[in-house]
Amino acid sequence: MVEKGGIIQLKNIDVTFHNEGKTIEAVKNVSINVNKGDIFGVIGYSGAGKSTLVRVINLLQKPTSGEVIVNDKNLTKLSVKDLRKERKNIGMIFQHFNLMRSLTVFGNIDFPLRDSKLSKQERKEKVNKLLSLVGLEDRANNYPSQLSGGQKQRVAIARALASDPEILISDEATSALDPKTTTEILNLLGRLNKELGITIVIITHEMDAIKQICNRVAVMEDGKLIEEGDLLTIFGSPKKKLTKDFVDTSTQISSVLDEIKESGIVKSLSGRLVELNYIGNVTNEPLVVELYKKFNVEANILFSNIERLQSTTVGIMLFALTGDDDKVSAAIEYLNSLNVNVKEIDITESEED
Amino acid sequence: MTNFINTYLPNVVANWEGDNGFVVAIWQTLYMTFVSAIFAGIFGIILGILLVVTTDDGITPHKNFYNVLDKLVNLFRSIPFVILLAVIGPFTKLVVGQTIGPKGALVPLIIGTAPFFARQVQLALVEVDHGVIEAAEAMGLSPMKIIFRVYLKEGLPELIRSGTFTTISLIGLTAMAGAVGGGGLGNMAIAVGYQRFENDVTIVSMIFILILVFIIQGIGDLLVRKLEH
Repeated sequence: MVEKGGIIQLKNIDVTFHNEGKTIEAVKNVSINVNKGDIFGVIGYSGAGKSTLVRVINLLQKPTSGEVIVNDKNLTKLSVKDLRKERKNIGMIFQHFNLMRSLTVFGNIDFPLRDSKLSKQERKEKVNKLLSLVGLEDRANNYPSQLSGGQKQRVAIARALASDPEILISDEATSALDPKTTTEILNLLGRLNKELGITIVIITHEMDAIKQICNRVAVMEDGKLIEEGDLLTIFGSPKKKLTKDFVDTSTQISSVLDEIKESGIVKSLSGRLVELNYIGNVTNEPLVVELYKKFNVEANILFSNIERLQSTTVGIMLFALTGDDDKVSAAIEYLNSLNVNVKEIDITESEED
Repeated sequence: MTNFINTYLPNVVANWEGDNGFVVAIWQTLYMTFVSAIFAGIFGIILGILLVVTTDDGITPHKNFYNVLDKLVNLFRSIPFVILLAVIGPFTKLVVGQTIGPKGALVPLIIGTAPFFARQVQLALVEVDHGVIEAAEAMGLSPMKIIFRVYLKEGLPELIRSGTFTTISLIGLTAMAGAVGGGGLGNMAIAVGYQRFENDVTIVSMIFILILVFIIQGIGDLLVRKLEH
């Protein structure tokens, strides 16, 4: 990220569509830098322009203005022929798999190899290797129509890898899959990233997908990039409202808060409600004990969600603190000093910010 | 059997052999059908592909070219075949040297069928999943390779279906061309059977045409079934 640019650099990308007199700005002045080996996630609701943005990377979508630099080559300046050559270095997988119906699994994976210099035998070996990489050795002679969604996406991944690309773009590749299959496919992508060192850009509307494998995240809204950073920062301290929403749906804290407010449980406890966010090693139990010992404040855990992201603990907790008012205030101050992000929640207020 | 034929189909027997007989007529119909099917097939596929790739969201969009071709195809498709036969007479003579007989029927048959088939090809290829085309583009395939490896490959079952359909309607046209001097089973049914009140000849001509239609339909269905997964 320092002086040398990343493997993918999008600079001031604008994409504008003209449709029957109407002008739609799908992407507005977006710059992204993806480093080699990253799993870079782009998240946003549908219509946010994220799909348009990633399709700019291999110029399936030509930007209205801006530069696309992949592997130090400015793709926007290449001839059609050179661009085709560069595209072989950028694999792509899609929401609806986009496999050839008329070809077997083997044929689909072999498809991008037809123009390679490999001999028939070498091609066969390569396809078999890819098949075992995605765990479909026994499916070589099946047709796509005989496979499940997850298997089809595995074939698509193997096909995308056939030309040994350094970059893999995943365009909502798990959106048509059930949660279990989604996890499997994401794990496979994560494994490929580790084993092959392939740089991956995934776009999705699911925070869980991002959480599972990405190390960097960009949030898009209304064609603009509104927040970008490494996963822990985005997840631990989201700044923009939309980013918070995505994190909240993932931790479920919003729905829990709503429930608490409705049930009036805190009033009956006659306590103050605080939300704690922390990254790193702080655990619930000692905190609860400590607050009681030091301040004689009872901490009632109403909700707790602890996750491992990038082998770091990220936690979110809701405490109802009961005790003398000044003691509670002192307790909150103490929590603040522990590198825990404390936010007191006014339960009478219906909606914050 | 021989008795039955002699009793009920006397005119068929009388008209079986000879220059204007059934045997010759069947060959003429087969000749007109297959030669024009081959040429109309080639022209139709080329025109159909051009329509698909030059349309707005095709792989090589070209608005003006598409518009002109689209209008031309519509124009030729709109001319009733009997009139087309007469109108392009001079052109036919220029190309094959005669306007009558099976050979003279070829040119109007091809010109009458190619635009029709082009439209069928266009419809068949437009059905090919756009996502697959996009995937091929993302793999760095050239438009030519996308046409041959994706469009024609993925669209093949549908192309055969429309090819079968077009060939069958082509047989209908050969009968019409036959009636105005092209020869073949159409000529047999009208010039001999209908105009000389030899009804058995008309009916047997029809049966031969139906057999031809069934065979072509059967082959088409078989191919499609083999290709679809």
